[in-house]
Amino acid sequence: MGKLQRLPDRHRTSLAGGATLASSASPAAAITVRGLGKAYATSAGEPIQAVSQVSFDVAVGEFVSIVGPSGCGKTTVLRILAGLVDGYVGSVSIGGRVVHGPTPDIGVVFQDANLMPWRTVLANVTLPGQVLRLEPKACRQRARELLALVGLAGFEAKLPGELSGGMRQRAAIARALLHDPRILLMDEPFGALDAMTRDAMNVELARIASQAGKTVFLITHSIAESVFLSDRVLVMSSRPGRILAEIEIDLPRPRNLDVVADSRFANTVLHIRRLLEQTGGNPRVTLAH
Amino acid sequence: MTATTEASPLPPKRRLSNAQRQVVSDLALTATLCVSAIATWQALVSFGIVSRLVLPLPSSIPASLASLIDSGALLDNLLTTLAEAAAGFTIATGIGLALGALIAEFRVVERIVYPYLIALQTMPKIALAPLLLVWFGFGLGSKIAVAAVISLFPILVNTIAGLKSCEPGRLDVLRALGAGRWDCFRLVKLPNALPFVFAGLSTAVMFALTGALVGEFVGSTQGLGYLIVQANNLMDIPGVFAVLAVLCVVGTAIFGAMQFARRKVLYWAPNEE
Repeated sequence: MGKLQRLPDRHRTSLAGGATLASSASPAAAITVRGLGKAYATSAGEPIQAVSQVSFDVAVGEFVSIVGPSGCGKTTVLRILAGLVDGYVGSVSIGGRVVHGPTPDIGVVFQDANLMPWRTVLANVTLPGQVLRLEPKACRQRARELLALVGLAGFEAKLPGELSGGMRQRAAIARALLHDPRILLMDEPFGALDAMTRDAMNVELARIASQAGKTVFLITHSIAESVFLSDRVLVMSSRPGRILAEIEIDLPRPRNLDVVADSRFANTVLHIRRLLEQTGGNPRVTLAH
Repeated sequence: MTATTEASPLPPKRRLSNAQRQVVSDLALTATLCVSAIATWQALVSFGIVSRLVLPLPSSIPASLASLIDSGALLDNLLTTLAEAAAGFTIATGIGLALGALIAEFRVVERIVYPYLIALQTMPKIALAPLLLVWFGFGLGSKIAVAAVISLFPILVNTIAGLKSCEPGRLDVLRALGAGRWDCFRLVKLPNALPFVFAGLSTAVMFALTGALVGEFVGSTQGLGYLIVQANNLMDIPGVFAVLAVLCVVGTAIFGAMQFARRKVLYWAPNEE
């Protein structure tokens, strides 16, 4: 096993942070999306426009969220950024380079933790290292550090089946960070968790993102979550998804849950809620009104 | 907190948990059933209600078994049958896993091979035994062939099902890293398929034993199947039952070994049995 991982191209990305890949990137923009549109064919054959005319930028080190009603094409945007979907119109570049399939510049946290149940927590976190042919010993060392960062120190030898949903999602975050990608894409990472755990995880995520110094692009349908975590929130309409507004969040950092009591927080949440109501999409949004 | 001084008001009596009690009572019932069945059998035969030519006296079977063991015939023939079954099972496992992987991974292979697979699967493979005897001769070859042919399908079908059952989300994790087909296969699909593969192997190992016996029935000069046919021809019914008892023990042992291997390999998957 150990031999297999030491293949010649093991330095394709270095654990030090993919600095070689950054050379051609424009200094400010980590993600640039221009005029993005994507249509899916239904089983009946007629196309469904998932997203249309989506344009935005994410600066290096910025935390940007997309909020929008269910089915508005948020996930499609993320999957295109991750290089998992093609056949779209418009242009997408990551670190100044046009996206042609997946790049190790990115770490993805999916809606489900998607841990491999046969691997220990540690082996799950080192999985990207095996794919990218990184040095196994360095990977294990870094995985331990990341598990400590996400609060899972001491759980290295456990199997995913022995962890709670929140812990599994933490392990998934550690896994996404293993190869030290500069950008973290997160697709409703806490959607399946209960409200209490979700709040706690959001506080953790804010801490992890700032400690790890990553550019984060988060998808959520919780307005409060997006405002709490982000530097900027993109509000997306219902299908076909378009960007309705970009809202700067000028709440001071580091933030804790007390920020919820801040009037600026409440006003911003209300503002976004109004925007979403106008698109007439989401019952979850209008309910609390 | 203060309980340390008054901790032992109850004598340390050994008590069984409810689950343990359940197991004990189940075992007792099973044993009772076994003993009463044998007693009824013994009674039926010794009172002449059932002819000894049809059913031997249960008490005559141990003697028959002992003479088989003493003569060395049992061990020789047992080893022959086990060797045939093991060889057939190994061949079936190799072909089943390789072919299953090719069919699950490559659409072209699937399209070409699948019609034949379905045709072969619906045919009772035991019907091939006489033909295989002609092709591979009276020796071990034809028995290995029958064992392999019969045990191939459960492995093949389960391997295909297992490889195709992979959750797309798990594959996305690898694809997002730019993983190639081989990495997706070895790191996700194959381990993911193992519970299915094991279910197939458990069925197949029993089929392999059956195949070896059927091969021996059709034509052979050694093996437990040969012993059964011989004893049957001589109307040595206790002899037949002695071999059946041995087969019963062997089958149980193989089943136990498979369960043990499953627990070792699939420590992460809940047991379905």
